[in-house]
Amino acid sequence: MHASVRQAVSVNINPTTVTAGRETAAPATMRMNVNKVNFFYGPKQTLFDITMGIGANKVTALIGPSGCGKSTLLRTFNRMHETVRGARLEGEILLDGKNILSQDVTQLRRRVGMVFQRPNPFPKSIFDNVAYGLRINGSKLPIADAVEKSLRHAALWDEVKDHLHKSAYELSGGQQQRLCIARALAVEPELLLLDEPCSALDPISTAKIEELLVQLKDLCTIAIVTHNMQQAARVSDYTAFLLMGQLVEFSPTPHMFTTPSDPRTEAYITGRFG
Amino acid sequence: MNARLRWRKFVSGFMLSVTGACAAVAVSVLFFILGYLVYHGGSSVNWAFFTKLPTPVGESGGGMANAIVGTAKLLSLAVLVGVPIGFFGAIYLAEFSGNGIIAFVVRYAADLLNGVPSIVIGIFAYTMLVLPFKHFSAIAGGFALGLMMVPITLRSAEDFLRAVPRALREGAMALGASKTRTIATVIVPAAYRGIMTAILLALARVAGETAPLLFTAFSNRFWSHGWNEPIASLPVMIFTYAIAPYDDWHRQAWAAGLVLLGLILIVNIFARAILSRGGTILR
Repeated sequence: MHASVRQAVSVNINPTTVTAGRETAAPATMRMNVNKVNFFYGPKQTLFDITMGIGANKVTALIGPSGCGKSTLLRTFNRMHETVRGARLEGEILLDGKNILSQDVTQLRRRVGMVFQRPNPFPKSIFDNVAYGLRINGSKLPIADAVEKSLRHAALWDEVKDHLHKSAYELSGGQQQRLCIARALAVEPELLLLDEPCSALDPISTAKIEELLVQLKDLCTIAIVTHNMQQAARVSDYTAFLLMGQLVEFSPTPHMFTTPSDPRTEAYITGRFG
Repeated sequence: MNARLRWRKFVSGFMLSVTGACAAVAVSVLFFILGYLVYHGGSSVNWAFFTKLPTPVGESGGGMANAIVGTAKLLSLAVLVGVPIGFFGAIYLAEFSGNGIIAFVVRYAADLLNGVPSIVIGIFAYTMLVLPFKHFSAIAGGFALGLMMVPITLRSAEDFLRAVPRALREGAMALGASKTRTIATVIVPAAYRGIMTAILLALARVAGETAPLLFTAFSNRFWSHGWNEPIASLPVMIFTYAIAPYDDWHRQAWAAGLVLLGLILIVNIFARAILSRGGTILR
């Protein structure tokens, strides 16, 4: 396990990414800044003093063992944590310099899209799934064009273009997840959050989605939670390692996976725990 | 060891026969009733039964056309009363109330209302809609039946709404849908088949009610015009005809029972069919 992980990591890091990562060790533009965030479920604190940033048009991965708070952190980025009773957030999260906590939540979620762990298409047709966000936002764009564009971006168009009006439930799991990505992309979010998007998928579907994420960087900024370290190494530019609600290390991905500065990070990425 | 094994096999076989026999009895009751109705009333279910008015005593033939239409009218009124209250109440319970004290009280009250004897519901409707106007009416009968539909619709629609996966709610909200919007465009459509089933089952349940109609809709041996006159219904006709001393009427009562049971069975089967086709949505 130990050796194979190391090997996989070193094979999968693209040398150009390494250079790019080093150049932008302190990226000039941050889409989102997280400042001293503490998070509580009732009396239980699950995030401690998290400070980090999400670089514009980069992929930022959040990794860590189960229960470390990575999903919780991601869900605060579009305030999905508010759907849970008894959740409380302290600190500030800035989107393009403005605190998201003082904004209208529906407006915020239009700008910060989200894809969930399990594909969750609506019980509607493929077309209506993608059009959903446009319709509820009263988009003036021609909906059919926007739907096609989003499906192309999600690399799903060729597979579904002939049966757009079939139920989304007739798609395979991997297709459903790409449909959910298309649905999120349709409203042209600035930031796309993905909460372990591949955990319910087979390796081939996973590979497709990873490939997709790298392409989507031009379109929007991406933050992804993953329990799969190789996946973080393959797709992300920056990686944040969380442990028991603390941000242990946050650095460019190649740096994190080759020369981690914290011994706990090294222990985790080499498979000693988690 | 061997004796022990034999004992276990005996207990297993014994329990299997007992449970199997109970299940068989449960099912056979329905078939027994159905068979009995067909035996006694089958011969009286003919074209005239569905098209003719009841005949005066002593004259044979005639039918219950007015009661069949009357039951349909009463049930439509019941739907108008029961479904909106039950449906929107269910939305409140499932989506807005959380698990607080109000939700507890509403649920508890609905369960109690479900257990209120139907004749008491009839008395209530009588006090509200018959006494003030000094005459029986279809409206009073429909209101009584509608009240009976409320708790059944409310509780089962709530269950179906709650069964909509949390992931769907989050999916809609993550796209910037407000709560109201999420409910209207995602949750209700996802629970739609289940809610339809709940309504149909509630309808089938009240279709056979007699007691709430006795002093609200009363009955009518002729066509009832509009909604403000006493109106005939199959259950009340069965009641009246079954306690009358004429053999001819008894046969017609059996026939009415058969028709009513047939209608309820059709509604039930229809409801199950809707629900089973919706299986993929509620997975």
